[in-house]
Amino acid sequence: MSDKKEVLICGEVKGEKIITITKELMTTGRKLCIDLDQPLSFLLIGQNIQEAANEAILLGADKVYTAEGASWVESLPEHYVSIIVDICNQTGSSIILFSQTDMGRDIASRLAARLGAGVCLDCIELAIDPDTKSLLQTKPVYGGNAMAVWASTNNKPQVITMRPRTAAQAEPDTSRKGEIVPVALDVNNSMIKGKLLETLQEDVKGIRLEEAKVIVTGGGGIGGKEGFQLIKELAQILGGAVGISRVPCDEGWMPAGHEIGQTGHMVSPDLYIAVGISGAPQHLAGCSGSKCIIAINKDPEAHIFKEADFGIVGDYREALPVLIEKFKDLLA
Amino acid sequence: MDIIVCVKKIPDPEIPPAKFKLDMESKRVIPPEGIPPVINPYDEQAVELALRLKDKYGGKITVLTIDNDADTSIIKHALAMGADEGIVLADKAFEGSDSFSISHILSQAIQKVGNYDLVLCGRQAADWDEGLVGAIIAENLSLPLVTLAEAADVVDGKLKVKRVTLDGYQIFAVPSPAVVTVSNEVGQPRLPSGWGIISASRKQVPVLNAGDIDADPSQIGAKAARRSLVKLFIPVREKKCEIIDGETTAEASVKLAERLRKAGVI
Repeated sequence: MSDKKEVLICGEVKGEKIITITKELMTTGRKLCIDLDQPLSFLLIGQNIQEAANEAILLGADKVYTAEGASWVESLPEHYVSIIVDICNQTGSSIILFSQTDMGRDIASRLAARLGAGVCLDCIELAIDPDTKSLLQTKPVYGGNAMAVWASTNNKPQVITMRPRTAAQAEPDTSRKGEIVPVALDVNNSMIKGKLLETLQEDVKGIRLEEAKVIVTGGGGIGGKEGFQLIKELAQILGGAVGISRVPCDEGWMPAGHEIGQTGHMVSPDLYIAVGISGAPQHLAGCSGSKCIIAINKDPEAHIFKEADFGIVGDYREALPVLIEKFKDLLA
Repeated sequence: MDIIVCVKKIPDPEIPPAKFKLDMESKRVIPPEGIPPVINPYDEQAVELALRLKDKYGGKITVLTIDNDADTSIIKHALAMGADEGIVLADKAFEGSDSFSISHILSQAIQKVGNYDLVLCGRQAADWDEGLVGAIIAENLSLPLVTLAEAADVVDGKLKVKRVTLDGYQIFAVPSPAVVTVSNEVGQPRLPSGWGIISASRKQVPVLNAGDIDADPSQIGAKAARRSLVKLFIPVREKKCEIIDGETTAEASVKLAERLRKAGVI
């Protein structure tokens, strides 16, 4: 193990490019490195990752570990855990950062258990205590009703997942220099239990929720599958995407891939139209970063009105057809 | 197939945000008055998934919980749904345990139960929203793990588990015994039947302490915790909603569209 500890970011790529959420992680990581006076390392596992490795340096990494191997969606999580455990043990990571994505959600806790590390998932803010140098971790609890700030108490590494949209993306600095260190994959396959049989990534029609400028979301108040026709139409007029809350997801009115909230996508569009949504904190966790929230709900007491910028108290069946026509005129 | 399900009692997560109170001094959540605690909804869905497997393949379902007041209410709920046996783990030494200690206690209890093909946990508890215990149990017991399951089945003697991802799913085959964490996509858990409630009320629920499960004293309680709670607070949201009025909803909608245009939102 080297004497100098480092902050390690476990990055994610899509189509050979570093994803937006990982760029946010770079901002968080750099801040911690300055406060701890430690270098920032970056780990990439996948295929054709050389270009992304260079990009990571421009975005703020001092050192990039590259492991050529199957991408996350084609791998057993166990495989990734083994690789990351090896790297952490060799390099002496102080803080290991993931995003709260499919990968982070799955790996972080077992990694912590194997490293004897501390762990906190779904953080929205990290800071270093100037006196004790311990890592202060702010995390929504009780479905977002409250916030908890935890301090690490042992000298062990800390494994963290960060909620998306909680930091600005790091911007590339073309003058930055760094080192790329290829890591040999020495994973003993006899240790790996199980097999990945199938991966399906649903072709979300239209715009990805994370990238949408406008999202129209329907909740339990929509009452059934049929009502989503109006939601889709409104989204289409505005060039936006369709979201759902927990009730339509659990009832199967729309595919689960549309779910926004604590257990689904985290979004921050310019315009978020919440239709028939009560405004449970678990849902707001996924959309409270939106620039402008509009609530349409029959119940004037619905909590969503406390979170919205504009509201209509009324039946969506009456409101949406009018909104659709009016937007058509205004945007023509 | 013999299944162990780990469940937790929590304050009802469905209470309106206005009823949510906490004491910042003691850094504790004040249980809402007149609203009884419930089984963590994700754990209830884990019980449901266990019952679906039992319906198909038979076997025994054992439900475990840690409750220092030795309250059996959520165990009884799971029994009324159709689980076969329940165990409450209670000991003063468990107080202040973090997720690692909780996982140690549950891992010890799982080994005490002995025969099992599958351990199910909810994806997270809806109070502290940690989402750690299932994975740590798998590490403790060196068992394969699949997280965020929406369905599970047995094919060729192996567990076939469907894992929910943000834009689709993955299907894993793992040898049993294994640990699986259960996501809300499992859907609505069944309601206890009248007969289920009667038979649950007749069942004995043993209470085991740290010694009974050979828990390692250095791994449990507040002294073993890897972190401390510095602050607990309710975030302040200072948004002022402009309600758009109208004689009818249609009229309000016209006004809203115009207002959004004026505000430059569209």
